[in-house]
Amino acid sequence: MKIEEICSVLNGELVCGSDKSQRDVTHAFASDLMSDVLTVNCSNLLLITGLANLQTIRTAEMSDIDCILFVRNKSVTPEMKKLAEELGMALITCPSTMFRASGELYRAGMKPLF
Amino acid sequence: MSFEYRVTGGDFTHAGYASSQVKKMLKQLGVESTVIKRVVVCLYEAEVNIVAHAWDGIINVDLDTDTIVMKLTDNGPGIADIEQAMQKGFSTASPEVREMGFGAGMGLPNISANADIFVISSEPGVGTTLEITINLNSAAV
Repeated sequence: MKIEEICSVLNGELVCGSDKSQRDVTHAFASDLMSDVLTVNCSNLLLITGLANLQTIRTAEMSDIDCILFVRNKSVTPEMKKLAEELGMALITCPSTMFRASGELYRAGMKPLF
Repeated sequence: MSFEYRVTGGDFTHAGYASSQVKKMLKQLGVESTVIKRVVVCLYEAEVNIVAHAWDGIINVDLDTDTIVMKLTDNGPGIADIEQAMQKGFSTASPEVREMGFGAGMGLPNISANADIFVISSEPGVGTTLEITINLNSAAV
């Protein structure tokens, strides 16, 4: 699923990485627990989270995750955006809860990890 | 090659900087991506542990063509029962640390699962030392 499709499905906004809207993401993993995120092994992965801070970006970096979806209208701070830009990541925000966002993306064809 | 990084307790703004630098270096050296992932997961978990639990710490990274050895030494409260600390789910993290997405008692088990050799020692009231070794030429643990 392309990043622009994720935005379309969830009424989301690509707040960082506008040049990456055509990037393909095949799987998704939803968690607010960063140590959980560090256990996953998958390329082309979307991280769905309600945790919006610098460590979310750092954790994604360590996990080779290039795209993060922030749910529940969480704000992306300028520091988060700057770091994500340096790392070539795409950041999306959306108003949905994590449960709804995960459900809508699953229905649209996004694959779970397990 | 040897590198040293200083880590400040409580400084979540810069937590992960050392791990990020090591990741970039290993990429430049052409190390296999699955090995890089294991190295940075170990180092990042350990770096966050210093930020979360200690007053300060030092990370020493020694690298040759075969292995990377990461030694993290902190000044902090130490760990009274290492066996207990290695159990999944055991944590003494503060609510502030948990709000950052950590402190669920998975850090040390994550390190153990990704390292080829993992040695931990600690003295309560003094600090904790982790020594993590990973073979750069093997993709799987």
